[in-house]
Amino acid sequence: MYASESRKASETKSDRPNFKTAIAIAMFAIIAAGLPRVSAAQGPQPLHAGEEVLVTSGEPGRFGGKLVASLRSEPKTLNPITATDISSLQVIGLMAADLIHINRYTQRTEPALAKSWKVSRDGKIYTLQLRRGLRFSDGSPFNADDVLFSFQVFLDPKVHSAQLDLLTVGGKPITVRKIDDYQVRFDLAEADAAAERLFDSVAVVPRHFLQGSYQNGKIAETWGLATSPQQIAGLGPFRIQEYVPGQRITLERNPYYWKADRQYRRLPYFDEITFLFVPSEDAEVIRFQAGDVDVISRLSAENFSALNNYQRARGYNLFDLGPGLQYEFLFFNLNDIPSKQTEEMAHKQEWFRQVNFRQAISAAIDREGIVRLVYQGRAAPLWDQVTPGNKLWFNSAVPRPPRSLEKARELLRRAGFSWKSDGALADSRGHTVEFTIVAGAGNAQRAKIATIIQDDLSQLGMRVQIVPLEFGALMNRAFETYDYEACVLGLLGSDADPNPERNVWLLDGGMHLWKLHRTTPPTPWEAEIDRLMRQQLTTLNYEARKRLYDRVQQLVAENLPLICLVSPHVLVGAKTSLGNFRPAKLNDYTLWNAEELFFRQEESGKTR
Amino acid sequence: MIRDRKLWLILAVLVSAHLMVLLAHFFAPYDFASQERAIPFAPPSRLHFVDPQGHFHMRPFVYLWEPRPGTETLGAYVEDHSQAFPLRFFVRGVRYKIAGIFDSSWHLFGVEEPARIYLAGSDDYGRDQFSRLLYGGQISLFSGLMAAGVSLALGLVLGAFAGFYGGLVDDVVMRCAELFLALPWLYLLFAVRAFLPLHIPPTQAFLMLVLVIGMVGWARPARLIRGVLLSAKERNYVLAARGFGASDFYLLRRHVLPEAYGLLLTQAALLAPQYILAEVTLSFLGLGVGEPVPSWGNMLASLQKYYVLTSYWWMFVPGLALVSVFLLYYQLCKVLQEQVKLVRF
Repeated sequence: MYASESRKASETKSDRPNFKTAIAIAMFAIIAAGLPRVSAAQGPQPLHAGEEVLVTSGEPGRFGGKLVASLRSEPKTLNPITATDISSLQVIGLMAADLIHINRYTQRTEPALAKSWKVSRDGKIYTLQLRRGLRFSDGSPFNADDVLFSFQVFLDPKVHSAQLDLLTVGGKPITVRKIDDYQVRFDLAEADAAAERLFDSVAVVPRHFLQGSYQNGKIAETWGLATSPQQIAGLGPFRIQEYVPGQRITLERNPYYWKADRQYRRLPYFDEITFLFVPSEDAEVIRFQAGDVDVISRLSAENFSALNNYQRARGYNLFDLGPGLQYEFLFFNLNDIPSKQTEEMAHKQEWFRQVNFRQAISAAIDREGIVRLVYQGRAAPLWDQVTPGNKLWFNSAVPRPPRSLEKARELLRRAGFSWKSDGALADSRGHTVEFTIVAGAGNAQRAKIATIIQDDLSQLGMRVQIVPLEFGALMNRAFETYDYEACVLGLLGSDADPNPERNVWLLDGGMHLWKLHRTTPPTPWEAEIDRLMRQQLTTLNYEARKRLYDRVQQLVAENLPLICLVSPHVLVGAKTSLGNFRPAKLNDYTLWNAEELFFRQEESGKTR
Repeated sequence: MIRDRKLWLILAVLVSAHLMVLLAHFFAPYDFASQERAIPFAPPSRLHFVDPQGHFHMRPFVYLWEPRPGTETLGAYVEDHSQAFPLRFFVRGVRYKIAGIFDSSWHLFGVEEPARIYLAGSDDYGRDQFSRLLYGGQISLFSGLMAAGVSLALGLVLGAFAGFYGGLVDDVVMRCAELFLALPWLYLLFAVRAFLPLHIPPTQAFLMLVLVIGMVGWARPARLIRGVLLSAKERNYVLAARGFGASDFYLLRRHVLPEAYGLLLTQAALLAPQYILAEVTLSFLGLGVGEPVPSWGNMLASLQKYYVLTSYWWMFVPGLALVSVFLLYYQLCKVLQEQVKLVRF
């Protein structure tokens, strides 16, 4: 049924290419030894001899069909080098491939475009063997030149790629050398404990498409949403078919994809994946419930419960994967604000800077209450930044004291606070303790967390106001103007490894939220966290690294630069008929193995 | 003059609703901010007269809510029949102060701790919806009423000037009025609200709402009053009084404005619900009073979430209250209009 439909669609599309693209195609035909852009509707290309495909272990599936997913915002670009927003990254994740990949399910590295690699004894030289006989989604061959070009672009400071920071090891960018067409050597300035993981999400891009624009300094502008699909190619399981502003983006099968199933049939199974743009989580839930959308991720606990009631009747399954890597926290503005700051802010910061004050607040917060009321029990209380979902790095020795108002009062008394006759808390100079918490207005959970904290702290005699702020305005206050007192925010680790957390904990990290602006020397514990984070970076032994990171967690739990509160569970759902569906705790939760997904039975009469 | 029984009935109900809301401290069993975190989204308490043994009790009683075993969904509760908590009247509860002077801890009704009597269920923090409804009414009903007062006062003064003096004053005032009428009021309110600081304490927020809503809506009453005055000032008795040397102020007060009183009453009854709705809209969109202070608007705001909308019917209670208040006001309006006609002719 839909096979014929999609053929019709691709015919109308192939009518469209103008003379220029005809020339372009003719040119590739020479390069690609007579292989013009193959229509995806013709199905996957047969495997040919000498092609080193990766054979997956999933259940062999059925070819054909379309998957419909949803995005809460439109992607901003299809350029893997400059994309930073979550929607763009999700779409690009299906269109591009990396050399070494982090398996989202096992959280371990596995071969991707590199079939194997060797590490020198000192951990500084990586030699990668590339797969032979691979083709980009336009049919042109892939070799070491593309890898070299890709890294050249990613490492170019003028390009401002998001990965540049990660690819800078020991203060120097990684250097890349070609040994032969299928061997590449990477040199690191110093050993990096998580070097293999660096390769994840560094997309290999086709040199023949992008070299021109890179040389003209226009690489950042290429591959926007308006680019014609013929001009975009990648090594991912899907390639762009159509983008309809305000409605959807449709990807079609990459007929040259380099993975095959156990029966040596070229993946992916689906003909198409469509992402619908829906404005809100509620809209997404309603469409999922109605069956318009096949998978849903990032569900809130409430919507999870709401969907749970109809699970059997509507033919979908919901999955509670337990705590993910996201941590929600409260933090105070400890920035060294220049002279323009008001007197009021100065004495407020005097409270915030006291460890006892922060500890008192942490002791007064009812984390269990937050878990129950905000997340309906689908979250884990937290006392430091590593969630119980992160099995390898979780430190079970960090003290996890239950809520205690007595302890909080004791800590406040010790810090020189006292209570007035009307029960209000005041500092040693008689200022009433009063502050505002800003929370993202778009995030219902954070607003609710703030309301609970407000009530908890009112029991200590603190007057707390909550200001819901639009997310952009909140970011501006937190990162630019430092015009806030306290803030509820969450961070989502992209990887289970401590390394991506670097920018939060290093003194000069871009996400060193509580003190981005510093004129005074760091406190001893801040300096120690910085030292430990740098040390673990170059420690290759896991146990030794774990000890270092355990100590970081201890310090965070004691000194509370971020008062960690909860880690929400990862909640996803999918049609019951979706085969090989293995939701993961890492982003992208549901479609990370999109090439292996398939529908078990024909869903007849479905038109979309 | 006004003998219509219906009018008195409507007025009595409306006044008592306002009084109840004004004395929320006494009528509400709990404080609006007190969270009972064990029972979020608890359905309204059931008042029982018959115990599990089949005995009838004159005094109704409630049971404790317990999470229904085996369900994870919030709002799934069963009653714990092991202990009954009878409903008591005139009980001691949270201390409160009305208007800063009247210090008391008496509440109209309540049950013994740890039981809770939630006549309209609880919200997502386990706060008593009924108490919040009463406290929220203080903001919603009175901001509407006071804003109507502001609007009418402004409309009266400006309309009277325009109608009575005519000429340039009339032109200026009426062109301004047209400008205000042409503006979409909701967006004007947004714009005004956006100029004010982000966070303001509840009392200030309340006054701000009153002023903003009241100031935006003066144009319509001003035009109506001007119209009445235009015809009234040409009446023979007015001209006669002027002939006897009456001052402008005397004329306005004694002869001209009384013509507009009926109209003012009807306008008040018409504007009050409209302004209540304006406050509810602003608070619904998060621009009114902030948490934890309730208003009917921010109580209804939780219905913006799909799961609340589909799962917990008692969250609609502020909406029901709003509808009934509206119906009362419109009935009042209708009756007043008839009465005014009777008085006129």
